Amino acid sequence: MKKFLTLILTFLTVFSFVFPKSNDITMSGSTTVFPISQKAAEVFMDKNPSINITVRGGGSGVGISNLIEGKVDIANSSRKIKDKEVYQAKENGVNVYETVIANDALSIVVHPSNPVSEIDLKTLKNIYTGKIKNWKELGGNDMSIVVVSRDVSSGTFEVFNEKVLEKAKYREDALLLASNNAILSTVKDTPGAIGYIGLGFVNENVKALKVEGVYPSKESVNNKTYKIARSLYLYTNGKPKGNIGKFIDFILSDEGQKIVEEIGYIPLR
Amino acid sequence: MSRRKLRDVVATFLIFLTSLVSLLVLALIVYDIFSKGMIAFREVGFKNIIFGTKYYPTMEPPSFGIFNFIVSSLFVTLGSIMVGLPLGVGSALFLSEYADLRTKELLKPFIEILSSIPSVIFGFIGIVFIGPFIRRFFNIPTGLNLFTASFILGIVIVPIISSLTEDALSTVPITLKEASYALGGTKFDTITRVIIPYTKGALISALLLGVGRSIGETMIVLMVAGGAMNFPNSIFSPVRPLTATIAAEMGETAVGTTHFYVLYGIALVLLFLTLLLTLISNHFIKNLKRD
Repeated sequence: MKKFLTLILTFLTVFSFVFPKSNDITMSGSTTVFPISQKAAEVFMDKNPSINITVRGGGSGVGISNLIEGKVDIANSSRKIKDKEVYQAKENGVNVYETVIANDALSIVVHPSNPVSEIDLKTLKNIYTGKIKNWKELGGNDMSIVVVSRDVSSGTFEVFNEKVLEKAKYREDALLLASNNAILSTVKDTPGAIGYIGLGFVNENVKALKVEGVYPSKESVNNKTYKIARSLYLYTNGKPKGNIGKFIDFILSDEGQKIVEEIGYIPLR
Repeated sequence: MSRRKLRDVVATFLIFLTSLVSLLVLALIVYDIFSKGMIAFREVGFKNIIFGTKYYPTMEPPSFGIFNFIVSSLFVTLGSIMVGLPLGVGSALFLSEYADLRTKELLKPFIEILSSIPSVIFGFIGIVFIGPFIRRFFNIPTGLNLFTASFILGIVIVPIISSLTEDALSTVPITLKEASYALGGTKFDTITRVIIPYTKGALISALLLGVGRSIGETMIVLMVAGGAMNFPNSIFSPVRPLTATIAAEMGETAVGTTHFYVLYGIALVLLFLTLLLTLISNHFIKNLKRD
């Protein structure tokens, strides 16, 4: 009898995760936005113990397609939703609503020993498309440039593709790596490397370049002088109401924006 | 029917069901990959995928050639065998023919522990330690390349090859070895003229299992092979094997797009390669048993 009871209890515990209560908020998507959502969710749940928030990664594209299929309440995205996706959503009866929660700058990073310290967008494009192959063409040492990029499905790549490559094809021997951290550690250990990472990932092991004469920072992004900046988005079905609305309002509040800054992204104000 | 007999019948049925599970799962995987993979070949064209050398899945217009990935997978696997086979067979020969019991008991657990290290840890060590070391040692632009991936995979398959080889070596009848010594053969003669020919079939199947592990390994190549889509024209080229492509892109590809189905197409190619290897190695194992 005792065994039987244990069995039933185990079942109930397992299945209570499968059937979410109505108070639950689910979100998935961009791994760039993930740290903000996760931290905000933890603080928010501390204050509202009756509301349970689940945050999953997967990438911007996955988050948006989950939202379209009605599998999640909120999609995290590090890029703007595409027209095609808005249209798909409409066909599924989902009315996409956009909330900007933070800004981010893509920092161009090189090895600390590299004497080059600034770059313009055109040169950057020429490096990534393979027209410039050696640092000496930029006044640096005689060393081949090792081009490091994110894999082509990431939201970060899409932003870089749009703002720098302008949809030109990157060189075939570019290293395509799977995360911001992989790029960071590769650039750190490769004297000839150039890569791009979110502002929150930059540390003293790599050197961030001035782009068009401006360093990536909170100020240069907010006054729009830094060229490779992007916004981070939450997408919901319709204007957020109820608990979802409460949660998003929390992220936009002073406290929520402080979390954004702590994690290393740029708050809206 | 007596109660005891009934119990037996029920138990037999339940145990039969458990054996069906793996069959069912395999069938579902093959069906899913085949049906979705074929959509890619239909939409993009078999020749454009298999023999195309440009892979720009998110560009307009996209191109989905995976020829370089297939070649990279094969090269990385070949490289790993060149590292792993001598090390694996050598360590097995040492353990079973040269080492005394104490040395054997001391060394064997280490080889076994090697096989239990998760591949993500090998990848991590590859990125922070082996890759940079290889870059400095050979003075090349980047340490994330074909050579590094092959080297690490070679280490990973050592325990597989070593333990299978050792099993095979233990099947060599003592009478054969003694006959060799009686004819004046040295230890080395005995190994090269008697033991290796006797265990040839098992050695080949150990090799093929190593190949299967290498070609299917994902995390390590994703982390240390570099991920470039170019043709590997040097052993220090950064490359992108089939598995790395699927792992890097599947998570962030919108379901139902051509790109999504092409990833299934890549999985189909990979599945075909590994099934082929399994069939070949089964063939050798069967031959071995018949001998």
